[in-house]
Amino acid sequence: MNAPLLQVHQLHKRFGGVIATDGVDLQVASGEVHALIGPNGAGKTTLVAQLAGQLAPDAGRIVFDGADITAWSAHQRARRGLARSFQITRLFRSFTVLEHIALALQASAGSSFGAWSPLSRERALWQRARAQLQALGLDESADAFVDALSHGQRRALEVGMALAAAPRLVLLDEPMAGMGPDESARMEALIAQLAQRTTVLLIEHDVDAVFRLAHRVSVLVSGRIIASATPAEVRRDAQVIGAYLGQE
Amino acid sequence: MSGSTDRRATADVPTLLIVEQLLNGLQFGLMLFLLAAGLTLVFGVMDMINLAHGSLYMVGAFVAAWLVSITGSFVAGVLGAIVLTALLGMLLETTLLRTLYARDHLSQVLATFALILILNDGVKMVFGTDLPLSAPDALAGPVQLLPGLSYPAYRLLILGVGLAISGLMYALVAKTRLGALVRAGAANRVMTEAMGIDVRRLFTMVFGIGAGLCALAGALLGPLLAVQVGMGENILILAFVVIVIGGIGSIRGALIGSILVGCVDTLGRTLLQHVLREFLPPQWASAAGPAMASIAVYVFMAVVLALRPQGLFPARA
Amino acid sequence: MTLERAQLRLIVPVAVIAALALPWLMHALGASFYVSMAGRVLVYAIAATSLNLVLGYGGMVSFGHAAFVGLGAYVTGVMISEGVLSGAAHLAATLLLCGVAAALIGAISLRTRGVYFIMITLAFAQMLFYLANSIKGYGGDEGLNIRARSAIGFGLDLKDPTTFYYVALAVLAVCLWALARFVPSRLGRAVLAIRDDEQRAEALGFATFQLRWLVFVVAGMVAGIAGALSVNQQGYVSPNVLHWTASGTLMVMVILGGVATLWGGVVGAAVLLLLQEVLSAYTPHWEFWTGWVLLAVVLFARQGLAGLLRHGDAR
Repeated sequence: MNAPLLQVHQLHKRFGGVIATDGVDLQVASGEVHALIGPNGAGKTTLVAQLAGQLAPDAGRIVFDGADITAWSAHQRARRGLARSFQITRLFRSFTVLEHIALALQASAGSSFGAWSPLSRERALWQRARAQLQALGLDESADAFVDALSHGQRRALEVGMALAAAPRLVLLDEPMAGMGPDESARMEALIAQLAQRTTVLLIEHDVDAVFRLAHRVSVLVSGRIIASATPAEVRRDAQVIGAYLGQE
Repeated sequence: MSGSTDRRATADVPTLLIVEQLLNGLQFGLMLFLLAAGLTLVFGVMDMINLAHGSLYMVGAFVAAWLVSITGSFVAGVLGAIVLTALLGMLLETTLLRTLYARDHLSQVLATFALILILNDGVKMVFGTDLPLSAPDALAGPVQLLPGLSYPAYRLLILGVGLAISGLMYALVAKTRLGALVRAGAANRVMTEAMGIDVRRLFTMVFGIGAGLCALAGALLGPLLAVQVGMGENILILAFVVIVIGGIGSIRGALIGSILVGCVDTLGRTLLQHVLREFLPPQWASAAGPAMASIAVYVFMAVVLALRPQGLFPARA
Repeated sequence: MTLERAQLRLIVPVAVIAALALPWLMHALGASFYVSMAGRVLVYAIAATSLNLVLGYGGMVSFGHAAFVGLGAYVTGVMISEGVLSGAAHLAATLLLCGVAAALIGAISLRTRGVYFIMITLAFAQMLFYLANSIKGYGGDEGLNIRARSAIGFGLDLKDPTTFYYVALAVLAVCLWALARFVPSRLGRAVLAIRDDEQRAEALGFATFQLRWLVFVVAGMVAGIAGALSVNQQGYVSPNVLHWTASGTLMVMVILGGVATLWGGVVGAAVLLLLQEVLSAYTPHWEFWTGWVLLAVVLFARQGLAGLLRHGDAR
C-alpha cells in the first residue's frame, strides 16, 4: 500500500519532571479508521495537542500527506486537510448552527482577508452548509443559537464542523463524551459513514464502540504505544490487558 | 561644569549616589508594594480589575492630611486614615463592587472608571484640590548612615514601616488560616467556594485590607509627593505593572516586583541622566532623562513578559 | 426597553437628516457655538468607532488606543508647524506612521492574552506619552499650538467650524459604511468567530494571529485620522491625548454606546460629551455626576445604550 497518510516518528514531550509523550510512533493509513485508546493519564490529551498543532513537541516528527508538519500551526494543518474536533464542545455563541458550518467551509477554502462582499452572497457555500446540516440531522435547528441545543446536538455540531470541509484526516477527540445511548448510536453511525469518505483517527474511551468501528487500534500507556494492531489482536494482547487491569 | 571630565569625580560620586538612590528605590518600591498587594489579591482572588484602587490611595492621603491638620499628630493622622479608608473600601465592596465580580472585565473597567470620577471629584468637593501634609518635625532632619552619606530620617521611617508591613503581609499570607484561604481563593475560586468557605466575608476583608494598605501608602508618601486630586492615576499604572511582572495573585511576586520597579524607576531617573550627560548636550539630557526613566519601567515589564508571560511568580496554575 | 423594528427604521434616517441639517439649525437658532462642539463629538465618534472595531468586534481589549489618536494628532501638528500644509501629505503621513506603529505594537502585543494584553498595550501607550512629554521642540508637556490647518483643497477652510463639521461628518460616514460592510464579510465573520473562541477558530483553519493583527492595524490607522482631525479642530495637541485615562475615556464611550454595535462609538461619544457639556453648565462637579450616570449604565443597561435600542438580537 502507499505511504501512510499520517506518520508520527519518535514524538517526545515532557513537562518539568513528567514525561507525557515518550517516543511515540504511529502510522495511520489512508482510508482507515484508526483508534487510539489508553487508560486515564496515558497522555492522550498531550498527544492529540501535538498532532493538532496546539503544542510543540520537544523532539520527533509528524508527517502528514507527504509534508513534514511538525512545526506547522494549527490553522496551517487545518488548511492542509488535518481537521480535529474537541473533547469539550467549543462552539461560537454569536453564530447560528448553520453559520457554524458556513464558518468551517469559509475557513477551509479561500481567503478570509476580504472585507468587502458579504458572505451571504456565496450561494454555493451556503448550499453545501445546508446539505452538511442535513447529514448531521441538525437542519431543524439551522437558525438556532448554541444555547438552544441539547448536549448531543452540540457534540454533533462540534464534530460536524471538523468534517464540513471534507478533510483528508479528521482527529476525533472523544466524540461520544457525555452522550446517552441514543446519541452515542447516532454518532457511531455518523463515524461509520465518515469512514467511507475520509481517514479517521479516533480517540475514545468507549472501548466497545472502538472495536466496532476501527480497522486498527493503537494503545497508549504512559506516553508510549504498547500495541498497534487489529481490534481482535489488541483484545487478546496480554500487555494491553495488563495495562487496563492494572488501572482498576 | 557639564564639560568637565574629571574622572575621579565621576567615579566617586556614583557609589554613594547609587547607594542613596537604591535606598530611595527600595523605599518607593515598598510603598508601591502596599498598593500592589491589595491590587493583586483583588485581581487574583476575585478576578476583578479595580481601576479605583489608586483613588483609595488618594483618599487615604487626603484623610491623613486633614486629620493631621486637626489633631496635630502625624501618627493619629496615619492611623485614622487607615481605618477610615478601610471602612470606605469595605462599604464600596459590599454595596457596589460585589455585583461586579460576576461581570466581565469590560463592565468592571467601566464601573471602576466611573468610581474614579466620583471619588476624584468627591474629594475635591470635600477637601479641595490639594492639602498640605508634611513629615513630623521629629523626623525632619537627616541621619548619618555612612561617612559621606546622610539620609532623611523620614525616608528611613518609610523604609522601616514598609519592611515591617511586608513582613506582616508575608506572615499573614504564608502562615495564617486567612492567608491560606486567600491563597486558595487566588489559585482556584470555585474550589474554595465549593469547600463551603464564606467567600463573601473573605472578599470584604481582603478588600478592606487592601484599602487600608493604600491609605498607609498615601499617608506616608503624602509629604514627599504632594497630596493632590489625581495623584492616584499615575501610581495605579505602576501598581498594575508591578502585579503583571510579579504574577497575578502572588504576594511574593508583588513584593519582588515592587522593589524591582521602584529601583528601576528611581535609578533610571538619576543614573540615566548621568549617562546621557556624557553624550548629549545638557538640556537634552535633562529632558530625555526622566522620559527614558519612565519608559524604562515599561520596557522592563515587556522584557519580563517576553521571557515569562505569566509573570515571575504566578499564583494560578 | 427595546424598540419596535418600525420605529428603529425611522430613527436612523431621522438622525442622518438631523446630522446633515445641524449646522444650519444651530446658526438659525443663534447657537453657533454648538457647531464646533458637534465637530468635537464627531472626532471622538470616529476614534471610539475605531476602538469598537478592535475591542467590540475584535475582542481585543486595548488600553492604549489613545496612543494612535495622539500619534495622528502629533504627526499632523508637527508637519503643520514645520510649514507642510498639504492635507494629502498629512493624511498619508498619519496613515503611514500610525499603521507602522500599530503593526509593530500589534505584532508584539497580540502574542499575549487577557490582562497581559491590556497591560502591554497600556505600556506602549505610556511610552509614547512620555516621549511626547519630552520633545521640548514641539511643546513638551505644555503641548503644541498650531496656527494653520490642513489644506484639503476645494477652497475649504478647516478653521471654519461648519466646514470642519461636514468634513468630519463625511469621514465618520465613510468609517461607518466600511464597518457595516466589514461585519458580514469573510473578514468580519472570521474576526467574530475568533473573538468567541480563538482556539476553535484556529482549528477550523483561520489564521487567527494575522487576522487580529490586521484589524488592530486598521483600527490604529482610523484612530490616527481622528487625531489628525482633532488637531485641526482644536489648533492644539498635548501629551494628555496619549495618557491612559484618554484611552479609558474612549473605552467608556464604546462600552456606554454598545460594544460590537455599528453605532456604539457614535452613541457613546455623543452621550458622554453631551453629558459633560450639560452638567458643566450647572455645576463645576460634572465629573462627579457623570460617574454616577456611568455606574447606572453598567448596573442597569448591560448591553450599553445602543443595546437598549436593539430589537431582541441574540448577539
